[in-house]
Amino acid sequence: MDAAPHADAATLARRRFLSRLSIALSAAAGAIVGLPVIGFLFAPLTRKAPRVWRAVGRVEDFRVGETVSVRFEDGSPLPWAGVTARTAAWLRRDDASSFTAFSVHCTHLGCPVRWISEAKLFLCPCHGGVYYADGSVSAGPPPKPLPTYPVRVRNGQVEIETSPIPIV
Amino acid sequence: MTGTLLAWIDDRTGLISAARRVLEHPVPPRTGWWYVFGSATLLAFILQVATGIALATAYVPSSGQAYDSLKFISEQALLGRFLRGMHFFGASAMVLLIGIHVSRTYLMAAYKFPRELNWLTGAVLLLLTLALAFTGQLLRWDQSAVWSVIVGAAQAGRAPVIGPEIARFILAGDTVGGATLSRFFAFHVFFIPALVFALIGLHLILVLRHGISERPKAGDPVDPATYRQRYDELLRREGVPFWPDAAWRDVVFGAAMVATVALLAIIVGPPDLGPPPDPSLLEAYPRPDWYFLWYFAVLAMAPHHLENIIIVAGPLIFGALLLVVPFFNKGERSVRRRPLAALLVVFIWTMIVVFWVAGERAPWSPDFDVPPLPAQTVGTNDSTVVAGAKLFHDRGCAFCHAIGGIGGKRGPDLSDVGDRMSADQITARITNGGPNMPAYVRVLSPEETGAIVEFLSHRR
Repeated sequence: MDAAPHADAATLARRRFLSRLSIALSAAAGAIVGLPVIGFLFAPLTRKAPRVWRAVGRVEDFRVGETVSVRFEDGSPLPWAGVTARTAAWLRRDDASSFTAFSVHCTHLGCPVRWISEAKLFLCPCHGGVYYADGSVSAGPPPKPLPTYPVRVRNGQVEIETSPIPIV
Repeated sequence: MTGTLLAWIDDRTGLISAARRVLEHPVPPRTGWWYVFGSATLLAFILQVATGIALATAYVPSSGQAYDSLKFISEQALLGRFLRGMHFFGASAMVLLIGIHVSRTYLMAAYKFPRELNWLTGAVLLLLTLALAFTGQLLRWDQSAVWSVIVGAAQAGRAPVIGPEIARFILAGDTVGGATLSRFFAFHVFFIPALVFALIGLHLILVLRHGISERPKAGDPVDPATYRQRYDELLRREGVPFWPDAAWRDVVFGAAMVATVALLAIIVGPPDLGPPPDPSLLEAYPRPDWYFLWYFAVLAMAPHHLENIIIVAGPLIFGALLLVVPFFNKGERSVRRRPLAALLVVFIWTMIVVFWVAGERAPWSPDFDVPPLPAQTVGTNDSTVVAGAKLFHDRGCAFCHAIGGIGGKRGPDLSDVGDRMSADQITARITNGGPNMPAYVRVLSPEETGAIVEFLSHRR
């Protein structure tokens, strides 16, 4: 840099003050704009969706021992979510009054497993994960059994509690 | 008249003489066709920006409506199908070209002194290009896209400690929903391209500052003490103006690339929209676009106990490798004196192609739509064997095992299993399963197992 003109001690001190002031003000202005933007982007980390019970059918719609897919709505669907607000579970009627609801998400990488009733297995189309009827891993890459969702019967309706996508 | 006008503009702005200085700056002689891939990548990016802006004028970035707007663009909008095709094949070209460009600069060691930061800015551009490719695939908001988001989040979820938080960040919440697509759209259309613009600017400033690297010569190592002086002498002695002596090849190659992309957009067209993005439709075959298909295969074929390491550490190691390359900035540039470098490039490309082919075949995926075996293949009227053949299909054996060319590829082909295994051995395998096979004792009755064993023993 060229030597600045009139560089006596007082001027130098004044310049140092002015550059520090300018940098600090710029940083403050940047923070005023930037921090809300970053906070907005990371908002999903702090916002937990409420867990609500969703009716998926009447008890008598399900036959004992059968496993079928049921669909229901997310816990807090946004008005513009359209079909993406839907979610599903594999629901089995264990006996007259109790049900088991399995996650449809393979514990390997989240792909949609399919119940093959004749084979009594859940199969994953992505990387070939296989689960037994009770959700335990029988073959392939899944590291954990299929998670289950809370399920209850209220007023003759089978209800499943909405849950986050299980992330292993 | 024109001359006077141009002179006036140049006098007031300085732009024309600046552009001329850039265009006519001397470059090393005999650079040849190997040097066209960087400019072609840039051209592909410009193509993406242009077609992307056009598509953004009709695309609705809403989780509930994007699918319908894509249908409109593809089926009704004037030139919509063509522009979607251009954007898809332009993306493919950009990924492929930046891959070739980074291989070329590595093979010719163009990253050595003083061009270390050319490499590093390029490495970040490579990662950003892949990020654009991933987010772009998701904007084709159909069933596959929804499941790709979930698979992406599940992978991120494997990271230690902060994994679940990254997954929530990707999904924009607990599940796929209304918030998910808008964010991907903003990243794909504003945030990442802005970074790409900035880094391309920096990359080009660096290219001009240090000049295009000369063709490497074996036995002529880079010495930081003398390199700049020798490069300047080379330019003084043999340098040629960039425009048109070197640039004509960039233009020819770039025009051919654009023409190829346009032809593919017309002839092949954009990828078909799959079923709607409804996460409750469970008949799905999520597959990534071709540029990530090899990684899909890696995830299927990785040994299970190494999987977390591969998913989490793999990308980090790749990033770290890109980062350390330019710190080996002295010495030989010619690939003839760097056999390991050549081997590494050949290795990486071979791995990608091999895994890509595996991903295309996906033998690990069960074949859900396998038809029952025809009577001709069963080849007998014996009632137990016929019943066994039916059970073989109905109980899902055929999802993974082929007989006579019908069935999945997950497990061994059982066309002639009777030749190599006894009935007892077959029974044991069916009952107990194997590393990648369920123990069917939990599925089949003893009679059913007996019938299937009878059928399989018959296969010879």
